[in-house]
Amino acid sequence: MRFAVEERDGYTEVSAQGRLNMVGAPLLKATVADAIESGHRLLVLNLGDTEFMDSSGLGALVGCLKAARQAGGDLRIANVGEQVEMVLKLTSMDRILTPYRHVEDAYKDA
Amino acid sequence: MTRLIIRILAALSVIAGLNYVVWRWTASLNWDAWWIAIPLVLAETYSFIDVTLFSLTVWRMSQREDPPQAPPGLNVDVFITTYNEEPELVLATARAALAIHYPHRTWVLDDGARPEMREAVERLGAGYLSRGAEWVDKPRHAKAGNLNNALHETTGEFILILDADQVPYPEILDRTLGYFNDRKVAFVQTPQYFGNVPDDDPLGSQAPLFYGPIQQGKDGWNAAFFCGSNAVLRREALMQLGLTNYVADTEARVRRALAVGQRVVRRARRRPEARDPKVASLLSHVESAIGEGSRRLVAGDSIGDATYRVQANVDAAVRTLVAEDLAGVSIDVAALREELGMDSPFDEATEELDEAVERLAARDLSPLGALESVRAVLDALSVERLHEAQPIMPLSTISVTEDMSTSMRLHASGWRSIYHHEILAVGLAPEDLPSMLTQRTRWAQGTVQVMLRESPLTMRGLSWGQRLMYFNTMWSYLSGFAAVVYFAGPLAYLLAGVLPVNAISVDFFARFFPFMVVNQLMFWVAAQGAKTWRGQQYNLALFPTWIKACTTAAANVWFGRPLGFAVTPKARQEGGRPLRLLWPQAIVAALLVIACVAGIVRWVLGLNQGLGTLVNIAWTVFDFALLSVLIGAAKYRGYDPARESAFQTTKEKK
Repeated sequence: MRFAVEERDGYTEVSAQGRLNMVGAPLLKATVADAIESGHRLLVLNLGDTEFMDSSGLGALVGCLKAARQAGGDLRIANVGEQVEMVLKLTSMDRILTPYRHVEDAYKDA
Repeated sequence: MTRLIIRILAALSVIAGLNYVVWRWTASLNWDAWWIAIPLVLAETYSFIDVTLFSLTVWRMSQREDPPQAPPGLNVDVFITTYNEEPELVLATARAALAIHYPHRTWVLDDGARPEMREAVERLGAGYLSRGAEWVDKPRHAKAGNLNNALHETTGEFILILDADQVPYPEILDRTLGYFNDRKVAFVQTPQYFGNVPDDDPLGSQAPLFYGPIQQGKDGWNAAFFCGSNAVLRREALMQLGLTNYVADTEARVRRALAVGQRVVRRARRRPEARDPKVASLLSHVESAIGEGSRRLVAGDSIGDATYRVQANVDAAVRTLVAEDLAGVSIDVAALREELGMDSPFDEATEELDEAVERLAARDLSPLGALESVRAVLDALSVERLHEAQPIMPLSTISVTEDMSTSMRLHASGWRSIYHHEILAVGLAPEDLPSMLTQRTRWAQGTVQVMLRESPLTMRGLSWGQRLMYFNTMWSYLSGFAAVVYFAGPLAYLLAGVLPVNAISVDFFARFFPFMVVNQLMFWVAAQGAKTWRGQQYNLALFPTWIKACTTAAANVWFGRPLGFAVTPKARQEGGRPLRLLWPQAIVAALLVIACVAGIVRWVLGLNQGLGTLVNIAWTVFDFALLSVLIGAAKYRGYDPARESAFQTTKEKK
């Protein structure tokens, strides 16, 4: 699992490359916690290079969402692949988190 | 072959039972004594349904041969849950867990957060987990919460759960992990067996009927129960459950909050605190924010987006209000300072002001805090599950028996389960009557809670076989009410000569005896040599426990009363007078003795001479035989290994 955190125009992009499963989930949580700690508030998780996500990965997403909201910010997801979209649908998580098509769409309304 | 015999006996039991119960309802009721006739026929119908459900259970008894071989390389965690058990006991289990052959990590989940426990556990080389800061002031959910906390802290793909006293055999994982080759299997449950129980099992601790034909039968229906310990679970299944539950709960809560939100805000605006024009304007902002949230949800926005909008709008309004307030204050301060001739560097003041706005606008200090109902609505309008320590709770928290509720939800979402009938861990049973009663009360309360909160009969996703398997266990805890009627029957006849049936005749015996005989025969064959008599005795003898469990659980679910939940003590409780716990049974026993004497006296006086008296005295004697189990239980002074050693060695050889 590899992560990159980059400041964009009005938000911060976190890209996650690899498999977001029980091994990757704690790493994602740590990455997002660090980003929030260093002052980033509006986060977009770019899942374009996330090949696989399971329930533990989704659980980590919820954990990150909570952390961002509690810091007064938000966490959105974008650029999801087929498999990720399927698990989002399967668990109805897409009712909580909108999967935005492009990273730059995520905070268009904000 | 055995299976065929069991099926024949099961079918005969139901047919004979139906024959008896139909006759009882249609042709035998003594309407002159309806006050006892109706309860008795209801109790008998209850028992008939119980027998039918048991027949259905054993109809599909699974006979699993050797388990599939455990594939190498699985990632396994072993969890040992403890709350207040003696460190020595926990450490003995931890040592045995570390010695399990299959590669794994061992964790002690100490809900008592004892530093000396941490030290001892880490010295052994096992991991130590206890709850973190996020649990402060949040519901702890007992053992379910302890396990949920650990699931968030660890990464094992499979989890073996052990109660603090359940010492595992080294082969426990090798014998169970193979079942997970089937990717739909969510958990494998093995029996709970107790090593500190003498051969005559005075407290009825072993449950050979449950960890035997009942679980095997449920297994046949793909409805084996997860029993909280000695089971291996698949993390993915639990996490999926936690997620689905999180989404459903969050969506329901947010929709409810949006539905009532505007009304709550409007009501708040009529309160005296809202007369202040600033508060009034803030509330109108909140109202329109909630309105926008509703509109967005209707328009198809996700819960996350809609709630973020609401919170962002409200936060902006709050910040404006606080900033205005503080600006006013700072002008006053500046004027004051000028009067006093102090210089006030302007930059510094605005910076301080910004910081103060941020701080005062935060959730806890916001002016909205004063309007609690509005605050509550806004808290509900969130995706963070603010009222819980963790948004995702894999193990169900709706009942004190989290295990049964969790397995029911797993089955409802399409997962499979396995009951592997082989003793792979040895535990410690309560060694005294009060602890035993506490434990039984909790099981019964938990089961009834689940029944009332999430009835298996209406839960979507369960097959009818699964529904009936869960329902059967819940149904069996209603036996306390039937027991009272069964005691009242002979009392009514022997004391007052009132017979609830028309006549004790050939008709009665011809229908009653076949039912009774076939049914007992089925129990005997299904039990396959296990001793089930203790279980039958306790089923009747603990009637006050069952009744209390039903009433307290109902009061808890319907009226939110506390259950008086207690952890089963693992160490023997000293003192305690059994009679204070067993007074209802003592009264019943006394009444039955009086009734027998009265029946004999009436006979001598020439009243009720005949079958009625004989049958009722026989019935009383049977009641005594069942109740007598409590005498041994009350006198039991704990397990004495020396006395049992001869028995133990023969068993170990097997």
